[in-house]
Amino acid sequence: MFGDQARVIASITIRATMGRKRALLFAIPPLILVLVTVLLKLAHPHDPSWPSQIVGIFGFTVVLPLTALIIGTSVVGAEVDEGSIVHLLATPVPRSVVIWSKYVVAAVLTAAFAAVPELLAGLIATGGLTKLTVGLFAGALAGSVMYNAVFVMISVLTTRAIAYGLAYVVVWEGLVGNFVSGARLLSVGQYSLGVANAIAHDGTALNASLSLGTSAVMGAIVTAAAIVIAVRALSAFSLKGDAI
Amino acid sequence: MRNVSRWYGNVVAVNDITVTIGPGVTGLLGPNGAGKSTLMHMIAGFLAPSRGELTVGGTPSWRNPGIYRTLGLVPERDSVYAFLTGAEFVTASARLHKLPDPGAAARRAIEMVEMTGAQDRKISTYSKGMRQRIRVAGSLVHDPEVLLLDEPFNGMDPRQRLHMMDLLHGLGEQGRTILFSSHILEEVERVSGTIQVMVAGRLAASGDFRAIRRLMTTRPHVFLVRTSDDRGLGATLIGRPAVTGVELTDHGLSVRASDYGTFSREIAVLTRDQGIRLRELLPEDESLESVFAYLIDTDGPRAR
Repeated sequence: MFGDQARVIASITIRATMGRKRALLFAIPPLILVLVTVLLKLAHPHDPSWPSQIVGIFGFTVVLPLTALIIGTSVVGAEVDEGSIVHLLATPVPRSVVIWSKYVVAAVLTAAFAAVPELLAGLIATGGLTKLTVGLFAGALAGSVMYNAVFVMISVLTTRAIAYGLAYVVVWEGLVGNFVSGARLLSVGQYSLGVANAIAHDGTALNASLSLGTSAVMGAIVTAAAIVIAVRALSAFSLKGDAI
Repeated sequence: MRNVSRWYGNVVAVNDITVTIGPGVTGLLGPNGAGKSTLMHMIAGFLAPSRGELTVGGTPSWRNPGIYRTLGLVPERDSVYAFLTGAEFVTASARLHKLPDPGAAARRAIEMVEMTGAQDRKISTYSKGMRQRIRVAGSLVHDPEVLLLDEPFNGMDPRQRLHMMDLLHGLGEQGRTILFSSHILEEVERVSGTIQVMVAGRLAASGDFRAIRRLMTTRPHVFLVRTSDDRGLGATLIGRPAVTGVELTDHGLSVRASDYGTFSREIAVLTRDQGIRLRELLPEDESLESVFAYLIDTDGPRAR
């Protein structure tokens, strides 16, 4: 699955992503999550209502999508902005390998910076490996995988990936998804919650409206489609000439 | 390249170019905005031609990553992975090309650009010229038959430029096809071989570098001269062999001289002898555009 070319691309991508100032940016949301959880635990150690609100809702509507957005748009997008992507593309490496390696790096980094903190916050909030903790961790892992496919795709399609990605998270998932139930069928956030809820069984508090089956199938379709589109778009990657 | 054009909306960047570029060093010259980069990007497979047929070694380069087995590209933008060392960068390139022995290939390429001494330093510590050389090494690592360099001399000091030109020259001698672009004619004084001149999206002139160079140094220069007695000086000037034309204008004398050096010396002597005060002496046509425009007008270099 990971040949030598992919390993080269992945290692350069990791070093580039972690070396940019953006790395500080995607470390902040998980830090806030863990910090708030610790404070709440100290203030209300026995209140059962806040863990699913903070670790669940805040974690899944803010920390997970934001971290994925910053990382997912950075692995390809930042290199396009800098122009260094040309060094990768001026080689016979299949474009699918370029996208796939960078996507895997983004998913793993997001898992480290969003799913692991979810696990940590869940452990602190519920005091152990409860259903809620495991559910949220699984949901966040699934979210890392799905969100990044979408954000990598957006960053190949447009140079304003962060703006469009943010619009997707805030407007589509946050606003439209809240009022129009049909929109939740096309919401990576809802797929992640669906996975989390299948283990946590806390549907009302987690506000999950999709079943595990729907979440898994739709999530797989969206992820695969996004990667295919990203590969196709990268194959037609153009450099701007001096005429414009 | 046959009838290749590329436009962006209503703007035509490259206009109906037909050319074949063979082994050796070829310079693609032209002022900024002439369409050189657009043409380079199309050859390199980073831009689709709007019309026409473009092949490298017989295969189209657009949407064809396989072309990079025989083609190397040094893009204009000086963006490298600054956190890698020179050796890491070139080795990574070798591995992306799936070379059997990436380490040896990288060493050979680094040696070729004479960067062995600095190969273990981070690229972020390199000077502009060193970055350029390590980029060349990265695109040479797979020993390509065709090497494209977009504005390789940009920002280099004269010494680095000479070194780069010698390097390109050597690569050309080995039978490779080297195509580089530049918007400064003087930059390429040391490169022998063929030149393609591009102006406003079209191929304006092509031919032997020395012929074009000769035209450039012997072309007439136009000066604007303002003195205390323009008419009097004009009458004297027209009698000088180095002057081919004088025109009295509202702003002063417009003088065409065939020889830059002689004219500059003579005018000082003449004005002093005649007691005329020289207020201003401005070369009027030193812009690159006028040089290139001159090259097109004469049409001379076309004759090979």
